[in-house]
Amino acid sequence: MSGVLATQVGVLARRSMLKTLRQPFQLFPIIFFPLILLAVNASGLKAATRLPGFPTHSYVSFAIAVAFIQGGMFSLINTGTNLAEDIESGFFNRLALTPLRRVSLITGLLVGVAVLGVLQSAVYIGMAIVAGAHLEAGFGGALVILALGALTAMAFGALGCAAALKTGSGEAVQGLFPLFFVFIFLSSSNLPRNLLRTGWFHTVATWNPISYLIEGFRSLFITGWDGTALWRGFAVAIGLSAVAMLAVAAALRSRMQRT
Amino acid sequence: MSATHGGIWRVALTIAWRSLHTYVRRPDLFVPSLVFPLVFLASFAGGLTALGSVPGFHFPAGYTAFQFVFVLCQSSMFAGLFTGFSLALDFESGFARRLMLAAEDRRGIALGYALVALSRSVITLSLVTGVALLAGMQITGSGVDVFGLFALAALLVLVGYAWAAGVAFRFRTIQAGPLMQTPIFLIIFLAPVYVPLNLLQGWIHSVAELNPATAFLEAGRGLISGVHAHTGLAFICAAGLIALLSVWMLTGLRNAENSA
Repeated sequence: MSGVLATQVGVLARRSMLKTLRQPFQLFPIIFFPLILLAVNASGLKAATRLPGFPTHSYVSFAIAVAFIQGGMFSLINTGTNLAEDIESGFFNRLALTPLRRVSLITGLLVGVAVLGVLQSAVYIGMAIVAGAHLEAGFGGALVILALGALTAMAFGALGCAAALKTGSGEAVQGLFPLFFVFIFLSSSNLPRNLLRTGWFHTVATWNPISYLIEGFRSLFITGWDGTALWRGFAVAIGLSAVAMLAVAAALRSRMQRT
Repeated sequence: MSATHGGIWRVALTIAWRSLHTYVRRPDLFVPSLVFPLVFLASFAGGLTALGSVPGFHFPAGYTAFQFVFVLCQSSMFAGLFTGFSLALDFESGFARRLMLAAEDRRGIALGYALVALSRSVITLSLVTGVALLAGMQITGSGVDVFGLFALAALLVLVGYAWAAGVAFRFRTIQAGPLMQTPIFLIIFLAPVYVPLNLLQGWIHSVAELNPATAFLEAGRGLISGVHAHTGLAFICAAGLIALLSVWMLTGLRNAENSA
C-alpha cells in the first residue's frame, strides 16, 4: 500500500513541478523577482553597512536571506493558484472520484513545491555568490540552506493550498500576497534587530516569526554556524508547516464533503 | 464650450462618478491601495530610522519626512496604476466595450479615468499624510513648498495613470497587470529611496543619476525640508512624461476603438 502511495505522490509531485516549470509567468517571479529586489536593495542600502553594529561589510550577504522568504511567498501564490485552477476547472473533483488516496492529493503537490524550493534556493545561493556574497558556513551551510529553503517553500505552499481549498478561487489566493508581504516588511529584513531604533517597529519585528526565519538563513551567510539562529529558523519553518497542514486538512475535509 | 468639449466632459464626469462610487463600495479595491503605502511608510520610516545616522546623511526634516516623500511619490504613481487595473477589469467584464459604443467622444473615457485616479489619490495621500504627521513627521518647508509637493504628487498620479491606461487600452485584460506595474516599480526603486544620491555607490548611482524619479524624490524632499533641489527639473520631467505618455494612452485608445 505504501508503494501505491509513493507512486501517487510521485506522479502528482511531478505534475505540480511541471505545471510551474512550463509556465514562464509562474517561473519568472520565483526566480527573478527576489533577485531584482536583492540587486536594488543591496545597492540602495549598502550605506547601512557603515552603521556601527552592522554585522557585515557586504549588504548582499545580509540581504540575500530575504530572497528565500520571497521565493517561499511566490510558492504560496503559485501552489494556491494552481490548485484553485484545478478546483475551478473540475480536475480536482475528477481526481477525488478516482481511487487516489486523499493524503496523496496534497502531499504530491507539496513534495513538488519542496523540490522546487530546493531548486530556487540553489539559484539564489549561486546568484548571491556571483554578486559577491560570502557563505561563511561553507558547503555544509549551503546544504542546510537548501533544506530550510525546501521546508519554507513547503510551509508557504501548504498555506496556499489551504487558501485554495477554502475559497476555490485563484483570485482570492492572489489576494493573500500583499498580506504576506507585510510580514516581510515588518521584520528584520532590511536591518538587524539591534539597529531597529523605532520602538514599536522593534517590538513588531521581534514578535514577527518571519524575522527568525530570515535570521536563520542569514546566519549561515554572515556568522557561520549559529545554533540559536538556526534552531529558531527551523522551528518557525516547521511550526508554520504544521499550522498550514492543519489548515489544509480542515479545508480538504470540508471541500470533499461539498464534492 | 463646443459640443465636442461638452461631450468629453459629460463622458468623463459620468465615468468618474461611476468608478468612484464602485471604489468606495468595494473594500477589495480600495483597501490594497491604502494598505501598501502605509506598509511602506511603516517599514521604511519606522524600520530604517538608523540610516539617518549614516555618515554623510544630512536631512533637516528627519528620516520620517525623507521617507514620506518616497511614499508620497510611490502612492501617487500607484494611484494611477490601480486606476489602470480598474480600466482593464472594465474591459474584461465587457463594460468598457459597451462604454465605447455609447460614448459621444471616446477621449472622455481616458479623461474620466484620469479624474478617477486623481480622486483616489486624494483619499490615499490624505491618509498617508495624516499617519505620517501622527508619527511625528516634521515639515520644515513653507506652506507654498508643501503645496508644490502635493502639486508634484498630482502630476505623478497622471504619469502612473497614463502609462497604465495605455497598457490597459492595448491589452484589455487584467493579465497585463505585471506590464503596468513592473516599469513603475523599477523606476521608483532605482532612485535614491533609502539614502540621498551622494550616498549611493556603484551601478545604482549611475542609474539613479539618469532616472527621472530621482528628480521627483529630490524635489519632493527639497520642498518638504525647504532646502530646494531640482524642483524645476522635476516639474519639467513630470510634465514631459505626461505629454509623452498621453500620446501612448491615446494611441492605445485608438487601438481599442479599432478592435471594438
